[in-house]
Amino acid sequence: MEPIRVHEGKVCPLNRANVDTDQIVPKQFLKRIERQGFGQFLFYHWRYDHKGNERSDFVLNNPIYKGASILVSGDNFGCGSSREHAPWALLDFGFKVIIAPSFADIFYNNCLQNGILPIVLSEEETAFLMEKAEVGSLKVRVDLPEQTVHCEAFHFTARFDIDPYRKQCLLNGWDEIALTLQLEDKIRAFEEKWKEEGENMGIA
Amino acid sequence: MEPKTIIDKIWERHVVHREPGKPDLLYIDLHLVHEVTSPQAFEGLRLSGRRVRRPDLTYATVDHNVPTRNRHVIHDEIAKKQMLTLAENCREYGIPLADIHHPDQGIVHVIGPELGLTQPGKTIVCGDSHTSTHGAFGALAFGIGTSEVEHVLATQTLWQSKPKTMQVKINGRIRPGVSAKDIILAFIARFGVKTGTGFIFEYTGEAIRNLSMEERMTVCNMSIEAGARAGMISPDQKTIEYLEGKKYVPKGETFSRAAEAWLKLKTDDGAVYDRTIEMDASTIEPQVTWGTNPSMCVPISGRVPSPDDFAKPSERKAAEKALEYMGLKPGTPIEEIAIDHVFIGSCTNSRLSDLRIAAEIVKGRKVHEKVKAIVVPGSHSVKKAAEREGLDRIFKEAGFEWREPGCSMCLAMNDDVLQPGERAASTSNRNFEGRQGAGSRTHLVSPAMAAAAAIAGHFIPVHRLNQEETITIS
Ligand code: SF4
Repeated sequence: MEPIRVHEGKVCPLNRANVDTDQIVPKQFLKRIERQGFGQFLFYHWRYDHKGNERSDFVLNNPIYKGASILVSGDNFGCGSSREHAPWALLDFGFKVIIAPSFADIFYNNCLQNGILPIVLSEEETAFLMEKAEVGSLKVRVDLPEQTVHCEAFHFTARFDIDPYRKQCLLNGWDEIALTLQLEDKIRAFEEKWKEEGENMGIA
Repeated sequence: MEPKTIIDKIWERHVVHREPGKPDLLYIDLHLVHEVTSPQAFEGLRLSGRRVRRPDLTYATVDHNVPTRNRHVIHDEIAKKQMLTLAENCREYGIPLADIHHPDQGIVHVIGPELGLTQPGKTIVCGDSHTSTHGAFGALAFGIGTSEVEHVLATQTLWQSKPKTMQVKINGRIRPGVSAKDIILAFIARFGVKTGTGFIFEYTGEAIRNLSMEERMTVCNMSIEAGARAGMISPDQKTIEYLEGKKYVPKGETFSRAAEAWLKLKTDDGAVYDRTIEMDASTIEPQVTWGTNPSMCVPISGRVPSPDDFAKPSERKAAEKALEYMGLKPGTPIEEIAIDHVFIGSCTNSRLSDLRIAAEIVKGRKVHEKVKAIVVPGSHSVKKAAEREGLDRIFKEAGFEWREPGCSMCLAMNDDVLQPGERAASTSNRNFEGRQGAGSRTHLVSPAMAAAAAIAGHFIPVHRLNQEETITIS
């Protein structure tokens, strides 16, 4: 996972609530067995019509937002299916930061596992960024160590919360499995204790 | 001792490691695996030279991609490769697999309970959000992403910050003709799709206690549609009776001891939840969704709402978009919505009791000439049991197709796909845009409502089916 510390980028406004992971990556693209290459399927049915032509009214197809790396969206972003293909597609497309008033739990975790920073801001703060990004190109600076979102042009600064452990993981780009395997003794001790207690473990 | 909720009891028992400033490291008792969310996890293991720590606590099946018409013909080469990849991974790492021809194969959330893999007090994870289904047994069960699947394969543990606890108390009794599906749809309609975000639900109250185990699974299944991480129900005598004799449940003396321990798991009197919400079951009517998320739902006696009915601008806009997508006009009585397809299946409603209810309604009747209707049992064992009772014949005589088990049209990853603009009454759990095929329109309903709609060609209260027939005849 790529570490993330300070990220500056263009904002793309996706003004919808309850954007579900079925929209982020439709199911027909979940059959691949690789992690890479999902960016082309991002928001597929919003980006393309039934004939495969670009829909000009969809925000990602607007040339103003080309190269945007920060997505601002509505409440409950990433709800529905647990598919990690959703953050893979966002990342592959170029999004490093997602800002919303709230996220669905599984999606939020999945972002953190992939070096995407999901940021919860208040309804008002999100609405402000949305509005400014909708009228033109908006640049924002996200500072993870400081936990702030800053926009020079509008003297806008918002603070966000993040679990300290998750923050460390993102800052360092840690391999979580390697960290857990350092606790191998504790895991084994836990298993031994249960065995002694006669706990029924194992499927067969 | 301080009274505790079942959620706290199970959580505390599974903490392997705890230190300040970190989530808890939880031990996982059962890891269910399917073909869609696992290949990248196995690939990750392989690349880093890691092994599967406890293949004996892992169980795999294929369900999302499998064809339901003819098991031996898989047209889609990429889907086939995904299934073969799972089989190879299971072979390489020694994981038990119910493959496409195995008698135990079925939708992962249907076979877990059926085989007795799901047991009270266990922590259960799967790369699938509807893992919440298993909570019906008093297990702490939740969906995870593929990176977490890899983490569990390698370590049999997961870092988890403890969600808050919410008691969802459903008081009173449901009226005849109202099902578990209607309870959970009415609940989501009332409280919204993010009520549960950051919480684990425990469903309590008279209406929940009165449900069978299969009905409880239907309720817990859709916890995720209310945003909850997991949904659970404290075990009782029904839980014990359901589990006794199941393939992977201990037998004899060991079972008696386990049963005793399971019953003790229930939430203690006086335990405190972070939040409690209550609903009265006696006023719930059969439900039909009209929009593109499960909270956009009204009773069968209702009408399609107007965007103006919503106070918040964001909700108004969402309703507008949903109506446009669904091709519905505000004010249309739900009963006047004509449908093209009926799908009875999915991990929400594809168990034997669901099929029995639907069969009773379609018995001796014919599927409407404009409707294409399919029944997809949740597992091989459901299918066989239904066939023993002759349900397959009832469905086929009425004009339904009787299929092989799998997820099928719930997410339409196999060949069971709606065409753009086609409208379905579906017993599944998600009515998202394009869920059943690009441009497809989904109305979520109970098995009874789906069966009645198949006959009438539009939504109709089940008890009115007879009257309608009389009218048509005269
Ligand atoms: S039946 Fe539908 S919701 Fe259930 S596991 Fe399969 S695809 Fe997911």
